Amino acid sequence: MITLAHAYLATGLVFAAFSILSLRDPLNPTRFRSALFWGLLALSMLFGDQLGGLGNGLLVIALVGIGASGKLGVGKPATTSREQRQASAERWRNALFVPALLVPLVAVGGTLLAKHTPAGAWLISPVQTTLISLGLGCVVALVAAMVWFRPPVMAPLQEGRRLMDSIGWAALLPQMLASLGAVFLAADVGQVVGDLIAEVIPMTSAFMAVFAYCAGMALFTIIMGNAFAAFPVMTAAIGLPIVVHQFGGDPSIVCAIGMLAGFCGTLMTPMAANFNVVPANLLELPDRNAALNGVIRAQLPTALVMLGANMLLMYFLAFRFGS
Amino acid sequence: MLVLLGIVVVVAGFVARLNPLIVILAAALVTGVLAAVTPGVDARGLLTAGIDTVARFGDAFNDNRYFNITWLVLPVIGLLERAGLQERARDLVTQVRAATAGRLMLIYLVVRQITAALGLTSLGGHPQMVRPLIAPMAEGAAETEHGPLTDKARFRIRGMAAATDNIGLFFGEDIFIAIGSIVLIVGFLEQAGVRVEALHVSLWAIPTAVVAFMVHGARLALFDRQVKKDMAVPDDAPDSADNAEGGR
Repeated sequence: MITLAHAYLATGLVFAAFSILSLRDPLNPTRFRSALFWGLLALSMLFGDQLGGLGNGLLVIALVGIGASGKLGVGKPATTSREQRQASAERWRNALFVPALLVPLVAVGGTLLAKHTPAGAWLISPVQTTLISLGLGCVVALVAAMVWFRPPVMAPLQEGRRLMDSIGWAALLPQMLASLGAVFLAADVGQVVGDLIAEVIPMTSAFMAVFAYCAGMALFTIIMGNAFAAFPVMTAAIGLPIVVHQFGGDPSIVCAIGMLAGFCGTLMTPMAANFNVVPANLLELPDRNAALNGVIRAQLPTALVMLGANMLLMYFLAFRFGS
Repeated sequence: MLVLLGIVVVVAGFVARLNPLIVILAAALVTGVLAAVTPGVDARGLLTAGIDTVARFGDAFNDNRYFNITWLVLPVIGLLERAGLQERARDLVTQVRAATAGRLMLIYLVVRQITAALGLTSLGGHPQMVRPLIAPMAEGAAETEHGPLTDKARFRIRGMAAATDNIGLFFGEDIFIAIGSIVLIVGFLEQAGVRVEALHVSLWAIPTAVVAFMVHGARLALFDRQVKKDMAVPDDAPDSADNAEGGR
């Protein structure tokens, strides 16, 4: 059976290859630091379970030290020129899309097979099925592309390193923020914030309660970068005791729309790194490190209108409909 | 109340534009140590709390390694880019006369919302779809319409492509009953003694999804005008750009 351990092994080996190739690339201005950074990440992927809590904590401190001690350089592996790419595009035409679409198709197909067929359940572990299937899709697509287009053997790792370097330390942000969430949870930060908001906004009418709940969801999501972290806090502090129990809102409607109000916060914050910062790096936006980068600015108008829309929808639906 | 200083560290760090990795680590240490502050605590107690926090952060970091599996897509995408994937995506779109950046992203919004609502969230995404396909296609369409793009127009289109992927995902996925957020809602309410049906929760995500489509769809319908305006801003004119900023 393919499990998460196999996906970690594959990812760890790819990072290890990035590390070695960086070390051997004299054109990367920070090749030693880059090699150490990707090497430590490979260590975490391959042997993280053996390191223990403190060991992993020290590994994180080392990673942060390297990532924060200046910009990581971008390696310059030999690649094709603009003209060669244009010629290659005209030669292979739509065949180029096949491997690119294989990745999501295998990811979705693998997930569905594992959930609904015995053969799929035998092949793919039920824990984190989608991510395992995604990893599988990457491997299948890579093999297909290698057989079809016959590039040099090292090309996938070198090209992968080129893209990885362009993302740089931002690649680590989602994992770091999730870990910060775990520390916040252990210190009961959420409860304190929830109580504070409940004190500041007077919830004397159903509308004010809806307003406080939705605004609180969005605000706390902006701080935490994740609506999932905001949801239990704000719902325990305002959503359930006041909107549902005191004013009689339907719990399904209140929670469904409350979560979506939180998503509006996700669209507005650099703390939601995997949605807002990683793509800015991937697309090489010049303002990728600004708090309000090009992706967030593109999302702001939609997010603000949707936050207001969610408040109105909750107010007009939750007290009229429901079970 | 002291633990709130961790949040202050996060906000102040982002405002001061410090490296986010340091900010996050510092916020975790501040929160973990201050949570241990009680009357009569000594330096040794705080040191222990600090070490415990490092260990807790390390454990969580290890548990969240699965984020990194997504990076496995980079060798494939890099290989296809080497073979001309972005160029092909552009060429394909420029053959369609009616294609504009706005219309193209509008179609992507529809597809992304519907597939996410069916639980097919991994069909899209920034490394898999936006960088290799959607952004180059939208840039190609705009180039056919306006000629070579200015930097301002190019980066506006890229930002909107990433934004459209996020918005389609966020306001589509909750309609699917087996998605993480619905599971979280049902589980949380059950802990609190309120029983709801997952299907019922997911159905009430539909009104927001419809409004989101209308709002973002309208913006995309007007997007080509925005690109046209950006085409009037020349690339290497930092002075005029400054004036434009000041004039707002």
